[in-house]
Amino acid sequence: MKTARAVAIPLLLQLALGGAARVTLPVAQAEEYPVPPPPLSDGIFPCSDCHADLEPDPTPRVLGMHEEIVERFHHAEAQRWCLDCHNPSDRDKLRLANGELIDFGESYKLCGQCHGTNFRDWRAGVHGKRTGMWNGRKEYRLCVHCHDPHRPRFAPIAPEPEPRRPWAIDTASEGEPSAPPPAHGQHGSE
Amino acid sequence: MSTTRDPHDTISRRSFLKLAGLGSLAIPAGSADASIWEAFFRKSFREMNRDEVGAMLERLERRYAEEHGYQLAVKVTGPLPGVKYGYGLDLSRCVGCRRCVYGCVQENNQSRDPQLHWITVLRFAKGEKWVNDLERADAYYHAEAVPEDGYFYMPVQCQHCEDSPCEKACPTKATWREPDGIVVIDYDWCIGCRFCMAACPYGARRFNWGEPGLPAAELNPDTHYLGNRPRPKGVVEKCSFCIQRVRENPGRYPACVEICPVGARKFGNLLDPASEIRYCIDNKRVFRLKEDLNTNPKFFYFFAT
Repeated sequence: MKTARAVAIPLLLQLALGGAARVTLPVAQAEEYPVPPPPLSDGIFPCSDCHADLEPDPTPRVLGMHEEIVERFHHAEAQRWCLDCHNPSDRDKLRLANGELIDFGESYKLCGQCHGTNFRDWRAGVHGKRTGMWNGRKEYRLCVHCHDPHRPRFAPIAPEPEPRRPWAIDTASEGEPSAPPPAHGQHGSE
Repeated sequence: MSTTRDPHDTISRRSFLKLAGLGSLAIPAGSADASIWEAFFRKSFREMNRDEVGAMLERLERRYAEEHGYQLAVKVTGPLPGVKYGYGLDLSRCVGCRRCVYGCVQENNQSRDPQLHWITVLRFAKGEKWVNDLERADAYYHAEAVPEDGYFYMPVQCQHCEDSPCEKACPTKATWREPDGIVVIDYDWCIGCRFCMAACPYGARRFNWGEPGLPAAELNPDTHYLGNRPRPKGVVEKCSFCIQRVRENPGRYPACVEICPVGARKFGNLLDPASEIRYCIDNKRVFRLKEDLNTNPKFFYFFAT
């Protein structure tokens, strides 16, 4: 009986502490996923510099401002607009679906609301680029370091040059390549 | 009948060795010639003791400096206990940009001219039979921008097989599998017969047909004896999982993992259930190239979506 209590009390204590830890989870998570600061456009942050004096208009509409975002916006745009993610009252924060306000540096929580499977992989270090140490400290990136939040699909990029074909590799230190090029030729850096 | 011959024609093994011994004595110690003798009569890397390895590294570094002007340090960092390296490559993410190919060249001191790459990025037309038919892939695709519509890409490099055909084919045991699973090559023990290249089902091995061209200014001076130290002409080389990076503790990711712009490349310890590579194997649809050959590669391709 005594031993049972001796076990039960630390167990209850642990549960209570665990509960407390769950409340402070956002802080723990921020430390768990060390991310560089978000890539905000120059001169755009803090948003409150302009928005503090503006009356928030909750009506979805085509904005007369932020043209560069309006033009490229392609992120389920039929269902979504600015205030679904940006907080209307304090503009320097993002707002989760449950009303919680978060910093731009924690934006992965916002993305994770819809992209749950990717968020799960990201936390495990499998979705997205990871640098640092394979058995030590890893460097995470925010979703927005790779994906433009207003147009998340990757834009195509120019590839590095193709390898030289075997006939074009000159293994002698001087002289011509060992065989003539085929009729269709070789593209790229010659 | 042997008496009719000039005795100077026939040199017995004993007298040859005597002469050779005298010859080696005649060479002043410390000169380049002495180091050539030492290098010629050295033991296999795995049979050397600490002092012999130290002397060999000193000889190597001096030779690199004298012959090529390379100022570098050659490491022989051993395997970490409890580690087996595994690699994951997400085919649903790879865009075929070849950043990995050139990142590898830079990190691992491949010859710039003649060109030599450890990674080949293959392009396949979507919907075609492909997995065991690499010959139909295009390694020389040229594009203004990638990914191209209707194609997908699969980078191939050494698969670090558990049961590696290259190791079995090597007549001099110049290539072997280390306890952490990395298949390595001792370039000084390689005789350039290229049997390993014929044996490798993945086409992952490369031969130095010419004298490697590596400008001293482009050298990565952090080198490993079994990995990215500059190679001579006439030896085989291949991916070493960046042995000079991953064997440090804590160890950096391989260069191709770090350079991949889409995060398609994953790396970690197969024996650690919390590692990224184990997460991929446990949760994703993984496959290995040419599984039917039972080479048991430690390179896993997967689809994360």
